[in-house]
Amino acid sequence: MPVAVVVTVIIAIWYAAAVGLNAPWAHDKAKRAGQELGLAALVQDTWSQDKPKLPAPHQVGAEIWKTTVQKKITSKRSLVYHGWITLSATLLGFGFGTVFGILLAVGIVYNRTMDMSVMPWVIASQTIPILAIAPMIIVVLNAVGISGLLPKAMISMYLSFFPVVVGMVKGLRSPDRMQLDQMRTWNASAAQTFWRLRLPSSMPYLFTSLKIAMAASLVGAIVGELPTGAVAGLGARLLAGSYYGQTIQIWSALIAAAALAAVLVSLIGVLQRVTLRRMGMQE
Amino acid sequence: MTWLVFAFAVWALGWTVNNWLARLRPNRAITLLVPIIFGATLLGIWEGVVQGLEISPILLPAPTMIAQRTAASVDILWVDFVQTVIKGALSGYVMGCGGAFLIAIAIDRFPFLQRGLLPVGNFVAALPVVGMAPILVMWFGFDWQSKAAIVVVMVFFPMLVNTVQGLQSSTAMQRDLMRTYAAGYWVTLFKLRLPAAMPFVFNGLKIGTTLALIGAIVAEFFGSPIRGMGFRISTSVGQLALDLVWAEIFVAAVAGSAFYGFVALLERRVTFWHPSQRK
Repeated sequence: MPVAVVVTVIIAIWYAAAVGLNAPWAHDKAKRAGQELGLAALVQDTWSQDKPKLPAPHQVGAEIWKTTVQKKITSKRSLVYHGWITLSATLLGFGFGTVFGILLAVGIVYNRTMDMSVMPWVIASQTIPILAIAPMIIVVLNAVGISGLLPKAMISMYLSFFPVVVGMVKGLRSPDRMQLDQMRTWNASAAQTFWRLRLPSSMPYLFTSLKIAMAASLVGAIVGELPTGAVAGLGARLLAGSYYGQTIQIWSALIAAAALAAVLVSLIGVLQRVTLRRMGMQE
Repeated sequence: MTWLVFAFAVWALGWTVNNWLARLRPNRAITLLVPIIFGATLLGIWEGVVQGLEISPILLPAPTMIAQRTAASVDILWVDFVQTVIKGALSGYVMGCGGAFLIAIAIDRFPFLQRGLLPVGNFVAALPVVGMAPILVMWFGFDWQSKAAIVVVMVFFPMLVNTVQGLQSSTAMQRDLMRTYAAGYWVTLFKLRLPAAMPFVFNGLKIGTTLALIGAIVAEFFGSPIRGMGFRISTSVGQLALDLVWAEIFVAAVAGSAFYGFVALLERRVTFWHPSQRK
């Protein structure tokens, strides 16, 4: 209930802001046509401009409807097509990042030298605004002949490995002394301790960090699409929209990206609930 | 060939030294030294491999080349630094975090808003907010105002969610104790709840530092005056002046780490009582 109210209020503010921001243009047009603009006419005009400063929600909705349902999926104008391109880069990068992150975390937990030397750099690597070098990675990899999905996926990977490393290190270390001692009294080997105790008890941490990693990975893929010369993908739609002042297109790409993020993150949420329940860890 | 041998030697040496150090009884100096040696090793390997395999400087310049370029173009880097970090990122960071902090306190007073805004805030915090950049550039123009605006939007929600969570972190027992002292809302807020919220607040602040720099730089890809780190990076990539790009990245890395380090230091001073800060 409260969520619904808040969302309604946000949409209402959006409509009001659309009137406010688009009013100058509407007044300008009316003045040149030599007309006085009444309140009703003003509202109507501000909500239906071609290239408004802030498109009204229903315009964005109509654009999304037009570019998803009414276009063929293979069409260059279809949002589904662009979304798919972004999604594939996101998932690929997310997969790489997760695997890399887990391996790194295992290394850090089992090797003291790695713990002391790598961990500070893992943290430092995130204080570097890596997204800034995204265009360079793309261009450089392009020069070596790698183009398309992989460069974008690399950026996604870089952004998504960090939460996984931090979460998994915490998770793999979460079994307490008592449990580790118990494994020793059972004469468990290091591998057995890992598979039977450390890995299972790290699962809640893993899923929490996977959610963050997924969101980060999507951001990486979108930003990775910016410098490729606006060919395809949601990021390219954003860039093309900003070049040609197609605000409605920008907003619809933005909403599509938001929806994609929401779906992906909630998918992991479902997976988390199912897994943890089967493992008997759900409280 | 000698360079490759050099790279291998650096790797072997760094690894051995670190292995030896890691086995010693850990103290402050060692925990500081080990990552430094690791970093230096990486740089050495980078230099050796680039020189040894004669990788074109257009693809990957060697560290020494980047260092030369950084030293040679201090004036450009400084102008860009001021434009992007000081004007864009910092001002947006202060406005965004400050605003979110105040609004979080307001939300905290109304349970209804809490239940309504928190899920929405959590949702927005997971969205690719960077995508708002072209829109904000359109609204606020090419100069630093639009960069500050995108930074505000980016840091706002993580900060809001963390602060609200932090304000709820004092236990019922502690709040009851304040009541028995006949403390009113404001006294409780300042003496108990805000201090208790500080670890969470700093968590939000730390997340914000990286986001702020990213936001300011990425927003410049969508249009900027002829200075700024994002502008320099995108134009230098076009000119294949990769050493300048790396110099910018170096500055961004140093600025980002310093920014984060400063907030972390502040955190240590403010939340010295928290278990994670105690030695």
